Formats: sequence, structure tokens, C-alpha cells
Amino acid sequence: MHRYANPSRFIRIADTIFPWAGGIMITAFAIGLYLALLKSPADYQQSEMVRIMYIHVPAAWMALFTYAFMALSSAAVLIWKHPIALLSAKAAAPIGASFTVICLATGSLWGKPMWGTWWVWDARLTSVLILLFLYLGYIALINAFDETERGGKAASLLALVGAVNLPIIKYSVDWWNTLHQPASVFRLDGPAIHPDMLWPLIIMAIAFKMFLLTTLVTRIKSELIAARVQNVQRSLHGNLADGRG
Amino acid sequence: MAEVEAYLGMGGYGAFIWAAYLLATLILAGLLAQSRRALKKQEALLLRLKSIRRGDSDD
Repeated sequence: MHRYANPSRFIRIADTIFPWAGGIMITAFAIGLYLALLKSPADYQQSEMVRIMYIHVPAAWMALFTYAFMALSSAAVLIWKHPIALLSAKAAAPIGASFTVICLATGSLWGKPMWGTWWVWDARLTSVLILLFLYLGYIALINAFDETERGGKAASLLALVGAVNLPIIKYSVDWWNTLHQPASVFRLDGPAIHPDMLWPLIIMAIAFKMFLLTTLVTRIKSELIAARVQNVQRSLHGNLADGRG
Repeated sequence: MAEVEAYLGMGGYGAFIWAAYLLATLILAGLLAQSRRALKKQEALLLRLKSIRRGDSDD
């Protein structure tokens, strides 16, 4: 476990991952957008509006996935005091929050013409809004202290407790009578969606996942280097103080 | 030309669909650019501090 806690090794891994993840991301976005906006057919009920699904659904999946990653990292922080786990969770939070904003905003843009309203307080929409507040709360807590470690414990606790919201989001459409439609891809009896619409969705989902990976390794590396900067600054101040004494 | 207009119109839903794609693009591109900029800034700062430290130990 602590083998991956070596910052220099992590930076080397990040430098290897970045060009690959970035390349796959650009390719997947190019193919995905072509399929989503040009090749895929209009839906018999939603007509062209179905195209919003190709960003709304991957954003929703990644909003949940990123939170699960953040919650697991936070568990590693609280149990093992794993130093890179804290930086990973801190780096993931703004990415997850962005996915959640995209999910909510595109859902709203879909809802206005399809449902006749920008927003309803149904269980799915409300639980996703709570997810956004959890992300924002985490970001606020971890940045409330000058040293990451101090705010880290409180923020990690929040992330862990907030994980209870994930199954609520997933099953909200089954447990409650929501306006939001139930799952049509991850179902026990297989996807209930035509391959012409499933493929662009899958490829866009890969693009979103690679976006997470690319941005995440960039942000973690940035946090690691920022920690080094702080160390060097501290040693410089120390030298200065010694010189005066 | 009419074909392009019909395509962009998206069956009357163009404003909603293009707004959704534009918003997603702006958020994702903005976040990635900001993350890369922050990394470059920290890297430059570390290099500068290290050269200062080296200068100190030479004295």
C-alpha cells in the first residue's frame, strides 16, 4: 500500500499515464461526438433531444464514480493516514463537482422542453443536488486550513459519511416514484437501448473517464509539487533563522 | 445551406442541445486548462526555490 506513497514514484507513474490517457481522451471525444451529434438517430419519443443524453449520462456516471474514488481515498486517509490518498481525494473533488454541475445543468436543459420544467424536487434530482453540496462542502473544508493535513481529517470524514448518498442516487428511481426515468443501461436484464444509441454513449463514457484520469494525475502531481515547494520554503526560512541566530 | 440550418436547428431544440454541449465543453476544457496551469506554476516555483537554496549553500 505504502509503495505508492512515494511521491517521486507517483510523479513518474503520472508522467507515464498522462500522454496515454490524454490521447485516448481526445480520440474518444472525437469519435463519441461524431456519433452523438451526427451519426446516431433521433429518438422516437424525445426526437433530437436524446443527444443531450450522450453528455448527461456519462457526466452522471462519472460524478458518482469520482465520489466513490474520493470516499475510498478518504477511508485510506482515516485508517492508514496515507499521504497521497489525501492529495488524491483533494484533487478529485473539483473534478467530481464539475461532472455533477454538467449532469445537473444538462438535465435541466433536457427537462425544460421534455418535462416542461427546469427542475423538480424528485428523489433523483434532489439526491444529485446533495452530491454537489457534498463535493462543495469537502472542497470548503479541506481548503479551510493552511496545511492540508489539518482540514484533511474533517473533510475525509465528510466524504466518507456522504458516501451513503451514492446508493440513494442509484436506486432513487426504483425506491421512489420519480419523474426521472429508471436505469436503461445497467439493468439485470441487459441494456434496454438500441446499439445505435448505446455505442455513442459508451464511447463518450470512455472519453469522460479518460478526462478524469488526465485531470486527476495532473492535479495530484500539482499537489505533490506544492508540498515540495512548502518543504523547501520551510527549510529556507530555517536557514535564514539560523543565519540570524 | 438549408441542410446546415436544419441540422443546427435540431428539430426546434437546437438552443437546448447546443447550450448543453457548449456548457459541458467550457467546464471540462476550463478545468483541465486550470489544472495544467496550476501544475506549471508549482513546477516553476519549485525550480526557483531550489536554485535559491543552492545559492544559499554556496555562500
